[in-house]
Amino acid sequence: MKRARAEILSTRRLGAYQSLTLVAPEIAERARPGQFVAAAMPEDRNFLLRRHLTIHQSSRRGGWAGTLEFVVEPGAGPGTTWLSELRAHGSIDIIGPLGKAFSYPKRLTNCLLVGHGRSVAGLYFLGQELVARGKRVDMVIGGSTMDTVFKPIEAKRLSQLVTVVTDDGTLGERGSVVDALPEAVARGGAQVVYAAGAPALLRAVAALCRDRKLPAQVAVEERMGCGYGLCGTCAVPLAFKDGSGWDHARACVDGPVFNPARVLWDRWPAAATDRLSAEEPAHVVADDPRAGTETRP
Amino acid sequence: MTASIRRSLSVDLGGLPIATPVMIAAGCAGTGKELGGLVETRRVGAVVTRTITVEPRQGSAPPRIVETPSGIVWSTGLQNPGVDVFLLTELPEWTKGPPVIVSIGGGSLEEYVRLTGALQGRAGIAGIEVHLSGPDEEMQRPVLGAHVDRVTEIVGAVARMSLVPVLAKIPGGVDVVPLAIAAARAGATCLTLTDSPPALAIDLAATRPALGGPTGWLAGPAVKPLTLRAVADVARALPRMPLVASGGVRTSTDAVEALLAGASAVQIGTATLLDPVAPVTIAHGIAAELQRRGLPSPSHLRGAVAPIPVIASEGTHT
Repeated sequence: MKRARAEILSTRRLGAYQSLTLVAPEIAERARPGQFVAAAMPEDRNFLLRRHLTIHQSSRRGGWAGTLEFVVEPGAGPGTTWLSELRAHGSIDIIGPLGKAFSYPKRLTNCLLVGHGRSVAGLYFLGQELVARGKRVDMVIGGSTMDTVFKPIEAKRLSQLVTVVTDDGTLGERGSVVDALPEAVARGGAQVVYAAGAPALLRAVAALCRDRKLPAQVAVEERMGCGYGLCGTCAVPLAFKDGSGWDHARACVDGPVFNPARVLWDRWPAAATDRLSAEEPAHVVADDPRAGTETRP
Repeated sequence: MTASIRRSLSVDLGGLPIATPVMIAAGCAGTGKELGGLVETRRVGAVVTRTITVEPRQGSAPPRIVETPSGIVWSTGLQNPGVDVFLLTELPEWTKGPPVIVSIGGGSLEEYVRLTGALQGRAGIAGIEVHLSGPDEEMQRPVLGAHVDRVTEIVGAVARMSLVPVLAKIPGGVDVVPLAIAAARAGATCLTLTDSPPALAIDLAATRPALGGPTGWLAGPAVKPLTLRAVADVARALPRMPLVASGGVRTSTDAVEALLAGASAVQIGTATLLDPVAPVTIAHGIAAELQRRGLPSPSHLRGAVAPIPVIASEGTHT
């Protein structure tokens, strides 16, 4: 974990989202899919807490080496609005990489990646690492409307089969990613499922994977105070490995990636709602420079 | 330079000497092992553990934190592994850093007695802070420490048993002076002023409280003026009692104000979450202020503010 005052290399609009690329070599070279950074807010405002941004991509090689990219949803809250209004050449105080990363399957090859809205951003970093290890990647991505489906073209580039769904049918099928899951699992012969997003979505993924005996990993979103294990507020109810009981784990240091079979969804109030999008804290996404068509210096 | 600053910054909290007047508040330093990677802990005056109870507690349901204007409303429900596991697995981690003050909490006199007994004679514990803001299971009251009878009884029992200094953490959002006097008479060697006041945040979209736990507590810069008032009132009532200001101290300016109001040291809670190095930068800022004023130690700032008008504790709002 490193702290950096990271320069903003570029910031650009991507559909409903704002993408920020930061120069943070020490963090970028350590970052792995599923991890996040904690971005400090300005001191003269009345919103205090760091924003926790899932790493969409970290570039360790090539022309963009040493950069991190993440995605925020303008208007989701004062912190993400502030982040989305930052301009290139400014800088922000970030701490990272934080949290436990996704792990990669050793033998199994067919991976299905599932996400909704901004949470999808974190899955591209994972998808690229899986492809680099010779895995087959399929994706199910969704949003409320066309603008909120994150990078559908990049999803097609990265994966074999892509299912796109929107609540209003403006892009892909009408419906939710949860509705589209069974068919996507069957068509791609999924052997491992990865998901990122709000508890309600992850709970549905967990139920499907339990029924079909599929191993899965989910990256949770829960309100965090600090992001590095100090405050104990980002609680996730988790069964002990030996099944002898349960306790609240911390999403920031024990997660954010968990085995969904161990999460006690009934004890997690947010999992009982039908919200598939989380509000702030936002998710960070790093971009694939090869796909970059926007202005970069 | 650093050595001279540390020497000049040391203060004594009723038999508990600390190298700088800046401590990390209870519940803001994880389980003892997280802090080492974030800050040079030897440059922190002291650290208070999360509150430990007799039995393990799973704590409040999430969400446990929500941002409010210049503050946070939080509720962890005192999640902790219980004192037995704490002594076995956590205390060895805590003792690698600065002086450790163990925060203890409970709902009955017996629990506090058992906790003090369990900590007695353990190496590496510099002090005990008595958390008094939880519900009182014996008396069926919402806040145990909001009543003089119970503060006297519980702080008295802990102080009589303890071999190390005892800090009583007075609840917030109540009339603190009678409680502070009770804790001092009962044998507390230092008072922490104050715990977070109870608060409520509402999730408008869901039409329910924003937190999963039964009670939320307000922390952050929003509570600083309340802390300063509590410190000043108690300092006047108990001029010789060491006081630790806790609540809303984010910058060295805030810390200096707390010392001027009558505190001997400050605890940093929310600000540590925002910036883990805050306890060190605040100590540096205090040193700079001492140099600017030509004072040899933080104790010379203590209570140096002009007389503070008497208001709340006498019950006459003017």
